[in-house]
Amino acid sequence: MLSLAGISKTFNLDTPSPNPALRGIDLHLEPGEFVTIIGSNGAGKSTLLNAIAGVFPIDSGRIVVDGQDITNWPEHKRASLIGRVFQDPMMGTAASMSIEENLAMAAKRGERRGFARGVNVNSRARFREMLADLGLGLENRLSDKVKLLSGGQRQSLTLLMATISRPKLLLLDEHTAALDPKTAQQVAELTNQIVKSAGLTVLMVTHNMEHALNTGTRTVMMHEGQIIFDVSGDKRAKMTVADLLNEFSRLRGESLADDRLLLG
Amino acid sequence: MLTFPVVAGVLEQGLVYSLMALGVFITFRILAFPDLSVDATFPLGAAVCAKMITSGYDPFLALIVSLAAGLIGGLLTGLLNTKLKISSLLAGILTMTALYSVNLRIMGRANIPLLRQPTFITILEETGLPQQYVPLLFFFSLVLIVKLVLDWFLHTEIGFALRATGDNPQMIRSLGVNTDAMKVLGLALANGLVALSGGLVAQYQGFADVGMGIGTIVAGLASVIIGEVLLHPQSVVMQVLSVIVGSMIYRLAIFLALRLGFAPTDLKLVTAVLVIIALAAPNLSRSRRQSKLLARLGKGVVNGVKPGGN
Repeated sequence: MLSLAGISKTFNLDTPSPNPALRGIDLHLEPGEFVTIIGSNGAGKSTLLNAIAGVFPIDSGRIVVDGQDITNWPEHKRASLIGRVFQDPMMGTAASMSIEENLAMAAKRGERRGFARGVNVNSRARFREMLADLGLGLENRLSDKVKLLSGGQRQSLTLLMATISRPKLLLLDEHTAALDPKTAQQVAELTNQIVKSAGLTVLMVTHNMEHALNTGTRTVMMHEGQIIFDVSGDKRAKMTVADLLNEFSRLRGESLADDRLLLG
Repeated sequence: MLTFPVVAGVLEQGLVYSLMALGVFITFRILAFPDLSVDATFPLGAAVCAKMITSGYDPFLALIVSLAAGLIGGLLTGLLNTKLKISSLLAGILTMTALYSVNLRIMGRANIPLLRQPTFITILEETGLPQQYVPLLFFFSLVLIVKLVLDWFLHTEIGFALRATGDNPQMIRSLGVNTDAMKVLGLALANGLVALSGGLVAQYQGFADVGMGIGTIVAGLASVIIGEVLLHPQSVVMQVLSVIVGSMIYRLAIFLALRLGFAPTDLKLVTAVLVIIALAAPNLSRSRRQSKLLARLGKGVVNGVKPGGN
């Protein structure tokens, strides 16, 4: 469903301090795979999602989604294939517009927009049903402005908006990190529920190692712009956070040793 | 005193300039794009109308061409900003400066009088409508139509995309909307309205002048802000209405300023002060509340907290 081959991106390339954010990323996702990405700050996790979504052009490599090479597609065109939820609950919705207007925009993801009424009776009924499934009482607040919602409500709405038109690929960028623990838990459960029922292919960045291991089907670890660890299946099922941390320091230690060897 | 011609005059001005204010509303409020090109697209509409009428064209056709000329002006600003990546303010200023020369080219001189020329007023008077109501009725109908069309448009799929482009461009891009195209569309639409307003004003007041656009942006902004302060609009329909009401009140304020003895040449200053007060009022009242709170804190009466307690 997603195929990344040799993705590289260096920021500030023409300056005295170039910043290599991605260094030859290869990653392949089967349809229905739910991959969690972990790594320390500056590992390139968010940069990777931005590269896939087309926020900036990449320096080299190929991005293929659902059999289509989207490497040179502009961001808005990729939207037909890719749904996204950001860390900041403010980022995924238009605050001055109503809940139903936001959902209506999301329902037209990647489609041509014309002079039809943005929200009609049919879509309104459909939105009400979907919102009722969230269990947040939003189904009675369709015409409320989104800015009146709490962070958790907004993020749940964003999740619904990102998945309403069944994208080929869902990108989640620490989408529960800005919420309080209880709300984060609820949004995480909602995520699993939606992903399962729609059978989506997902890439999820998280800081929470436990979350990374018990969510989804596969976990990759990034460090300094590279994927240094990739685990799935039985091995992953048996893994604990402690194992993951050990693996992390072992791999980092090795790479440090390499550096020393090179310098020596 | 408040005779019919006086009241009608204020209402007529409020209505005809409200089309310009709606243009400013589209750029400033919906697109969050501070577009200064309106200072030149307003006289552009007037120039086109005056030149066409004195050349023997139909005054209504002249209005349509004014609208089209404004669309192109807005298009230019939009393309400068989105394709050439020139900042929004500078793109507007560049269009404004360039159009100043264009307006002079169109008119051939700095001022074209339209006295004894056919205008929409003379044409409508021939239909037998009572003479003194003609401008008021025509402006009212036109503004009503524009308002209804705008209300409808802003609730279409494209209208949603336009509004979201001003609200959260990152989000609407991630839903597949080309925000650059939306900006260009909004700017064209806005400047089309502004130029139409300019063309109507030229026909209404009986001349076009190359300097008549100075301060258009501030007058438009004043109308938008006055409307917001008075009506606190919570929906798009009310927002559009508030701009029209704001324009009426603004023209009333100008009328009263003249009555108070301000010279017509002082009006730009009056307008600027009006806008400054309207923009600053919410901040001033907040800081006054804060200083009151601080004063009470000084006496240690707010929740028993002593100054410097934290």
